[in-house]
Amino acid sequence: MPRTIWDSSVGKKTVMAVSGIVMLLYLVAHMIGNLKIFFGPEDINQYAHWLRTMGAPVLHHEWALWLVRIVLVLAVVAHATSAYQLSRRDIKARPSKYVHKKAKSSYATRTMRWGGIILGLFIVWHILDLTTGTVHPGGFEHLHPYQNIIDTFSTWYGNVIYIVAVVALGFHVRHGFWSAAQTLGVGSATRDRVLRAVADVLAVLLTLGFVAVPVGVMTGVVS
Amino acid sequence: MKLTLRVWRQKNADADGGMSTYEVDGISQDMSFLEMLDTLNEELILRGDDPVAFDHDCREGICGACSLVINGDAHGPERTTTCQLHMRSFRDGDTIDIEPWRAAAFPVVKDLVVDRSAFDRIIQAGGYVSVPTGAAPEAHATPVPKADADAAFEHAECIGCGACVAACPNGSAMLFTSAKVNHLNVLPQGAPERETRVLDMVGQMDDEGFGGCTLTGECATACPKGIPLPSIAAMNREWLRATRKVSRG
Repeated sequence: MPRTIWDSSVGKKTVMAVSGIVMLLYLVAHMIGNLKIFFGPEDINQYAHWLRTMGAPVLHHEWALWLVRIVLVLAVVAHATSAYQLSRRDIKARPSKYVHKKAKSSYATRTMRWGGIILGLFIVWHILDLTTGTVHPGGFEHLHPYQNIIDTFSTWYGNVIYIVAVVALGFHVRHGFWSAAQTLGVGSATRDRVLRAVADVLAVLLTLGFVAVPVGVMTGVVS
Repeated sequence: MKLTLRVWRQKNADADGGMSTYEVDGISQDMSFLEMLDTLNEELILRGDDPVAFDHDCREGICGACSLVINGDAHGPERTTTCQLHMRSFRDGDTIDIEPWRAAAFPVVKDLVVDRSAFDRIIQAGGYVSVPTGAAPEAHATPVPKADADAAFEHAECIGCGACVAACPNGSAMLFTSAKVNHLNVLPQGAPERETRVLDMVGQMDDEGFGGCTLTGECATACPKGIPLPSIAAMNREWLRATRKVSRG
């Protein structure tokens, strides 16, 4: 092979696309799992327990969960590294701006980089809040997500950070899914309409599904 | 028509450039944009000033030499080449901004002229078919399905003007390279070099300092020949296929 995949801008985009799809699949599962909060504390707390016994008895306690975590960390690192390196290349390739500027691309397209940074920062806060409990506003209790979630969304900043991040996620997925499909060579003149529609549906469903939880706590549906 | 032009002036590749303002009068609606610039240059020469340098050749919309960003649009407001843009697309009293293509891989030579030889080197890397010399082959010896011939022709329409690079916020040459790769890769004549062509041309594109594709779609909107955005997905498909094939040996 004359060059490795990582040496090529198209190859790096492939890494970004595949890692993005891995995270997207995880997010769909995560969003569906979150909605268990609307069935009461029993349901979601049991679900949290199941996440740790997944794959048993073949897999030891928490092995499946750690496997998912490792895959996710690898995906985040691959996604962020390729995004950083490709962005550096892109910015270098257009050193002088036009005097007469025109914004012609969509909002989702223009905010991919900042949106990605917002999401990266959000993930750090989110893990410190609801996985380790380090910055949790209430008395964090391991394996009791129902109360932990209510505590987080009982603070104004918890709601603001979460909702901003979820909206950023919606925009990121809208352009990201479509972009990944093109990078992986799925796009064509006949398929592009379907791909754009799937991207829009995914973006809206993920946004609504995730936002439902803080809205549920704020409106008292979950208490 | 009377117009105010704000034109990018730059003495040479190393000098700093800037926008200069000129007034032109007596412009007919039937003039092409380049004829309007000719009028300006005639006045500048009579005044003893340095005329504005800009690229042009066939003035028929087929050679790909003309290259101006007009009011922020590559080739101006109509979907055609600058030479086929007419002054009826503007109104009396308009102020028009005229800038060169902007990309690290297209350095400014002078005023509105940029060096597009990076495109030539991408073509040299694989934008050809190797054919044995001799008598012309029998036309029916290699049948080409109609759909493939149409796809090849659609991509062959690329005139290599560089509007895609100029319009792209990343200064990416993906649309140009994909047009050239797809044009030959769909044809049986291009098949023997199908893998090396896409790998070498993408490699050269990267080496020239073009940016990557973020699927903003601005290239396909600016393309005077209507090379479609799915071209890029088709090239990515070719690249992935070639990478798999080459790594398998």
